[in-house]
Amino acid sequence: MAVDQEKLLQFLLRQGDNTLILGHRVSEWCGHSPILEEDIALANTALDLIGQTQMWLGYAADVQGEGKSADDLAFLRDAWDFRNVLLTELPNGDFGRTLLRQFLFDAFQSVLMGRLMKSSDETVAAIAAKASKEVAYHVERSADTVVGLGDGTEESHARMQEALNYLWPYVGEFFASDDVDAAMAEAGIAPDPASLREEYDALVGKVLADATLTIPASKYAHKGGRTGYMHTEHLGHLLTSMQWLQRAYPGCEW
Amino acid sequence: MKNEWPLWEIFIRGQHGMSHRHVGSLHAPDAEMAIKNARDVYTRRNEGVSIWVVEARHIAATAPGEKGPLFEPSESKVYRHPTFFDIPDEVGHM
Amino acid sequence: MYAQLIKTARSGITSREDMSEQEREFQDKIDNDIKIEPRDWMPDDYRATLIRQMGQHAHSEVVGQLPEGNWITRAPTLERKAILLAKVQDEAGHGLYLYSAAETLGETRDELVRLLHEGRMKYSSIFNYPTLNWADIGAVGWLVDGAAIVNQVALQRTSYGPYSRAMIRICKEESFHARQGYHAMMKMAFGSPAQKKMAQDALNRLWFPAMMMFGPHDSDSTHSEQSMAWKIKVKSNDELRQQFVDQTIPQIEYLGLDLPDEGIKWNEERGHYDFSDPDWDEFMDVIRGNGPCNVDRLNDRVAAWDNGQWVRDGLMAHARKKAAAKVAAE
Repeated sequence: MAVDQEKLLQFLLRQGDNTLILGHRVSEWCGHSPILEEDIALANTALDLIGQTQMWLGYAADVQGEGKSADDLAFLRDAWDFRNVLLTELPNGDFGRTLLRQFLFDAFQSVLMGRLMKSSDETVAAIAAKASKEVAYHVERSADTVVGLGDGTEESHARMQEALNYLWPYVGEFFASDDVDAAMAEAGIAPDPASLREEYDALVGKVLADATLTIPASKYAHKGGRTGYMHTEHLGHLLTSMQWLQRAYPGCEW
Repeated sequence: MKNEWPLWEIFIRGQHGMSHRHVGSLHAPDAEMAIKNARDVYTRRNEGVSIWVVEARHIAATAPGEKGPLFEPSESKVYRHPTFFDIPDEVGHM
Repeated sequence: MYAQLIKTARSGITSREDMSEQEREFQDKIDNDIKIEPRDWMPDDYRATLIRQMGQHAHSEVVGQLPEGNWITRAPTLERKAILLAKVQDEAGHGLYLYSAAETLGETRDELVRLLHEGRMKYSSIFNYPTLNWADIGAVGWLVDGAAIVNQVALQRTSYGPYSRAMIRICKEESFHARQGYHAMMKMAFGSPAQKKMAQDALNRLWFPAMMMFGPHDSDSTHSEQSMAWKIKVKSNDELRQQFVDQTIPQIEYLGLDLPDEGIKWNEERGHYDFSDPDWDEFMDVIRGNGPCNVDRLNDRVAAWDNGQWVRDGLMAHARKKAAAKVAAE
């Protein structure tokens, strides 16, 4: 059964925009991390995310069929065209918040990539196979750091709890299924994200418990990123710097 | 400036099945993080397939002053080297 | 270079007759290109000079992340972003290798960082200049890394084993830096008129600061003699500068850009290019802390370090708890 190409495109943009925007955020740390070893490790994570972006958006551009490239999609769309979850566009905050955001994202990716490797779409399966190895390392590293900082000093614990309180309302959006997800699930391309929640909660719950952090009781979930309906104000500023050269000097080769 | 993370010496086995080789050092709070940091710092260009880490203070070393007694006596044991023995060509490869 | 105006801990050069027997043996090793290793005997002044030089070199790598890092979030394509990020990450790695080499002499990284932050140690003057347009990223890779490589290739032969090994590793990794910079410059110089303008602007602004990287004239560089005898320094400032100019002029011509210095002229007799002196007063101003970015650069480094204190402490505290729990369980 041929899947609706517009829906497939939306699904691919969600993948590629997540890694694009988070990769951009993580790259902001380069040269400013708490210690050289962490600076180097964060840059590796950002590089992996940029590489995944090239694959996801490259495929998205193919599916779109308008002769565009991954770069066109990254640098020439406006905020309302972006399909990343809000979590990824939130400002870095302190190092703890950045690492916690990373862990919350890595955990989701680690569950998702395992499923996408079995996608009925060969390209999706191939991208997921490559990304899954990177993601497996990311989640191990970010989980260790979250545990270390959560269960470190009084100050590091307090900062991590504050970061969790801030970030947790953005986690629910991962699992907010819609008709795009339904079409992907039906075509065997991707799982319905709502079906991943249990596995995600088990993984995240264990790490946060080891980190001696308390998950906020509120079930409220911000949303609007993965549908593009309502991003945060932060995305526009991120795009302003990211897209500036391409916008100011259109049509150039770099 | 207290609380500096300990220094670890990093050994990496390269792609071709050789022994682990010392590649440098780095700081990490514990062995697990040292391994991860070594992965991120010392294998950025696909240099390794296995990593060992040892906290620097646990390495015992020979003293430079003992170099003579330790290493020079083996210089005269030339018969330990295959080139010491002349074997006629007609015997074939040995 | 990345280590400029390193004051040798000893003034003048010690003659053989004035050396102790130990020092004569030490000097013989150096003269025979035998590496000095961490636990070998060495004159205190050699140790002190090395720590200064490796420390300044390491600081330069780490502060050097900032001007290029300034453009990571504005890189114009995904590939350029990845290349630039990988490159700036390499600089962090090089800083780490060099701090590690200094640590073999018993000087901790934290201590060296403290000296930098207190303004008691320096980093290369070049990083006190701003990166103002995207072509600066190409120009920095091409000119700044190009200049650094000239020096670092020579330093692979330095007498101190850990420093030499760090330089070998660094040179291996650096070889992509200058090339990616030149590649980016080619795109700009052969691109639209606006891009070419950026390329010319970057070259004009960064040329003389790059020339200053090699330090003052040999005739004004009073402290190099002993460092040369110790092979901490391997080639003189003027020698390296000339080598850099000679290799770079044809590269500028290939790009079709105007030469950044009217004094550049081939000298048939010398077999080298002639060129104008950089403004040495400006150089001294930058060294004294009055360059365009000195204050911002140091503030950024201090902020990164201070804001990271709770992270380093937190992870260390957790490691101690884990170790204690393990002991208790045994």
